[in-house]
Amino acid sequence: MTTDTDTRTTTQIYRVYIKATPQAIWDAITKPEWSERYGYGGRVEYDLRPGGTYRAFASDDMKKARSEMGGSPTPDVIVDGEVVESDPPRRLVQTWRMLMDPQSEAEGFTRLTYEIAEGHGGVSKLTLIHELEGAPRLALFVGGEMESDGAGGGWAEVLSDLKTLLETGRSFHSA
Amino acid sequence: MTDDDRVFKALSDPTRRLLLDRLFERDGRTLTELESGLEMTRFGVMKHLRVLEDADLVVTRRSGREKLHFLNPVPIRLIHDRWIDKYRERQVSALADLKHELEKEDTA
Repeated sequence: MTTDTDTRTTTQIYRVYIKATPQAIWDAITKPEWSERYGYGGRVEYDLRPGGTYRAFASDDMKKARSEMGGSPTPDVIVDGEVVESDPPRRLVQTWRMLMDPQSEAEGFTRLTYEIAEGHGGVSKLTLIHELEGAPRLALFVGGEMESDGAGGGWAEVLSDLKTLLETGRSFHSA
Repeated sequence: MTDDDRVFKALSDPTRRLLLDRLFERDGRTLTELESGLEMTRFGVMKHLRVLEDADLVVTRRSGREKLHFLNPVPIRLIHDRWIDKYRERQVSALADLKHELEKEDTA
C-alpha cells in the first residue's frame, strides 16, 4: 500500500455491466427492500435530495456473525452520510462514513458516486467511484483486502452480488 | 467472445498481469507511469491496456489533461463467485493451512 495521499491514487473505481434497466439498478441501490437482498444485506434509508440523510443498517445476519466471532457489538447504523446530488436513475453522489469500528469512523466522510448508463441490448453500465483520501483503513475494507478477517469482499463482492440478483432473481446471500 | 473469455484472454499474458499488478500497488496511473521500466514500446503497452480495457479489468477516467487507469476487480470477482462456492473454498484453504503447517515443521 502507498502512503501517497494524492486523490487519484486513493480513488477506487468499480464497473459492472448488468442486464437490467437503469431504473432497476437505481432502485436496487436506493431502496431497502432491494438493499437487504444482496451484498452485506443491510437496509438503506435515503432522503434523495441534496443534503438529505443516508443511513445503512446492520442486518440480523451481520449482527449474529459478529457476535459469534467474538467481536464488539455491531451498531444499528453501520454507514451514514449525506446525499450530495441525486439525478435518478443516472447519477447519485453522496458522502459515506463507516461506523463499524472506531478507526474507520475517525477517518470521517468519504465521497461515493454511482453512475448508471444505458447500453445496448438492455444492458446497463454501473460505475462506482469511491474517493478515499485520508481513509486508508476504509480503503482496505471496501477494497476487499480484509476479507480473510471476516470483513467481506468489499465493493467487488457487493457489485458481483447485485448483478447476480438483478439478472437471476437470486443472490449469494439469499440463496 | 463471452465476458469470461475476454477476462481469461487478458490474464493469459504476463505483461498484462504485470500491468494489473502495478495498478494493484498504486491505482490511477497514467500511460507514462505504467510504461516506465517496461522493455516495450509505448504503442505495445497501449495495445495491452486496450485488451485489459476490453475485458473491463482496467477502467479509465480523464482528470484534466491526463487519462488515468484504474484496476477494476469486479470481473475477477464474478468468476470467483460463480465458480468457487463457499464450501470448496473452505476445503481449499484447509489444505493450504495443512501444507503451511507441515512445511513449518519440516524446517523447525
